[in-house]
Amino acid sequence: MSILIDKKTKIIIQGFTGKFGSFHAEEMIKYGTNIVGGVTPGKGGQTHLNLPVFNTVKEAVKNTGANASILFVPPAFAADSAMEAADAGIKTCVAITDGIPSHDMIKIKRYMRRYSKAEKMTLIGPNCAGVISPGKALLGIMPGHIYKEGKIGIIGRSGTLGYEAAQQLKNLNIGISTSVGIGGDPINGSSFKDIIEKFEQDDETDAVLMIGEIGGPQEVAAGKFVKENMKKPVIAYIAGLTAPKGRIMGHAGAIVSAYGESAVEKVELLKECGVVISKNPSVMGETVKTALNGKKS
Amino acid sequence: MDIHEYQAKKILSGFGIEIPRGGIAYSPENAENKAREIGGSKWVVKAQVHSGARGKAGGIIICNSALEVAQAADKLLGKKLITKQTGPQGKIVHRVYIEEATDIKKELYLGLVFDRSSECIMVVASTEGGMSVEDISKEKPESIIRSKIEVAVGMQKFQAREIAFGLGIDPKLISRTAEVIIGCYRAFSELDATMVEINPLIISKNDHILALDCKMSFDNNALFRRNQVSELRDKAQENSNEVYASDRGLNYVSLEGNIGNIINGAGLAMASMDMIKLAGGEPANFLDVGGGATPEKMVKAFKLISQDEKVKVILVNIFAGINRCDWVAEGIVQALQKIEINMPLVIRLAGTNVEKGNKILKESKINYIEASTLEDAANKAVKALKELGKN
Repeated sequence: MSILIDKKTKIIIQGFTGKFGSFHAEEMIKYGTNIVGGVTPGKGGQTHLNLPVFNTVKEAVKNTGANASILFVPPAFAADSAMEAADAGIKTCVAITDGIPSHDMIKIKRYMRRYSKAEKMTLIGPNCAGVISPGKALLGIMPGHIYKEGKIGIIGRSGTLGYEAAQQLKNLNIGISTSVGIGGDPINGSSFKDIIEKFEQDDETDAVLMIGEIGGPQEVAAGKFVKENMKKPVIAYIAGLTAPKGRIMGHAGAIVSAYGESAVEKVELLKECGVVISKNPSVMGETVKTALNGKKS
Repeated sequence: MDIHEYQAKKILSGFGIEIPRGGIAYSPENAENKAREIGGSKWVVKAQVHSGARGKAGGIIICNSALEVAQAADKLLGKKLITKQTGPQGKIVHRVYIEEATDIKKELYLGLVFDRSSECIMVVASTEGGMSVEDISKEKPESIIRSKIEVAVGMQKFQAREIAFGLGIDPKLISRTAEVIIGCYRAFSELDATMVEINPLIISKNDHILALDCKMSFDNNALFRRNQVSELRDKAQENSNEVYASDRGLNYVSLEGNIGNIINGAGLAMASMDMIKLAGGEPANFLDVGGGATPEKMVKAFKLISQDEKVKVILVNIFAGINRCDWVAEGIVQALQKIEINMPLVIRLAGTNVEKGNKILKESKINYIEASTLEDAANKAVKALKELGKN
């Protein structure tokens, strides 16, 4: 198993015919992902990359049985597309788009409250690298070959720092069940806690590596969940030790504005929750390895 | 994006919030004329810089004659104002705001922010106006009233009334206070703000409710649909290298150290800076060239870093995914043909085709230090810096 996606997941691409959408669609197909078509309003009926194009997500779902989607739609239209996916019965939607206004993200999340838990879509991102279940499926923009198949779950905000972690694990011959990029925005579809819960329930995930950063309450909220509910070991690294207060560090959400949001404070709070801390980003892999060995002995 | 106090006041007055009469001035003569235009016998001259805590830094001067207004403006204009919030480099005053002085009966605090836990807009109010909200939460936490607003339906009148009653407002002023709170909420939600703060919001001796000082910040991601807001950007208030970077699509924050760095991805950039610090160095900047690290971006990044006088060593750390290391390496070589770098340069490539990438760098004529891991790169950069110190 894995979380969110596997070999059977049927995926459509929203913003399919654009340059970015096309490029990454080809990469995902090369990885062996089950891409069944795409949506570009106004281009329905055409064929792109030998796959059908639909005008609406509902049409795409009806004709292909798609249950997941990935969004390469420009920021001004991305919220609309995410809500369309939710309404069409898509179960997992990854929003790659960078630059969606926060007010729009709140709107999407409020819109999704109309669905019961069973019907509700899991939105990942925006401004993220997506999801990969190594050896099974890629619903994102990460380089597939650096992810080895295995039993560690990864959750992170940053794309390239996530790649760094995957590479470190691979060099130690440790594989990954699923890696999820939740994105760098202040308001995102799924939080660290939302994903960590899924990993706790996944039979084939043995431990979780959480790669957080300064800003916002999510890492600490996940820590509280770990303390109260989690049996699997959780290892964390928090980036941004040198970040000054009140400045946005690249990611719109990476800004320290309250107590508990700096790297030092997050590390302290996570330690109190029993989370194992990777003391620097160069030893994320080794820290996971040590934690796994500790569990076995 | 931040704006000036006088701009925020103009916006809020459009949402029905009363502000003292005032005008902006760019010269002492200009200021004196404004004071006469406004009338009265007492004025406040306020330095317009993107920072709070201006009063303590000497940026706010009370004047009793139009001549004093001119003198105050003369003192402030062109001056570097160093407040608790600007850092030691301070901010230069290019404009002053002249405002009629108001007789204050009561000072309140009113702020609106995004609450990231509940993903709602949060209204924060207190009877302890005039103090910073951080100080209020430390010294008078019991005075703070918080109210979460559900954005799907907007702020309700009862919520605003509850806050007004909570502040102990005179019953005959409750509905007026509630209108002010709702006006702020509307400004926040209709203009894609991330922060609205009126501090102090005052009740004057003649029972008017006025915004005496205010601040607004906006979501950079929403500026594409808020032309009236993006026009208010004052680049003179921002670090010149940061303006240069943002105009070229680079994510850059200037810092105090002397190891300049060029990295792809915000998280990896923060992580590399952490490694520099742990290795005993200090980063000169945060710079994310974007996940792709295209040759065009690399040229811009090298240019930006090389024009920062603090920088003594440059550290490049690129994790190449779908954009392969060989392609990134070619971009670096091209960039260095265009821009001369006369200081130690540490390059760490990782990811797809790393061997090919390192081979391209080695075979080029560029003078650099190769690094393998994050830790190795930071150690080599700090070592190079220390060796510079010896010579």
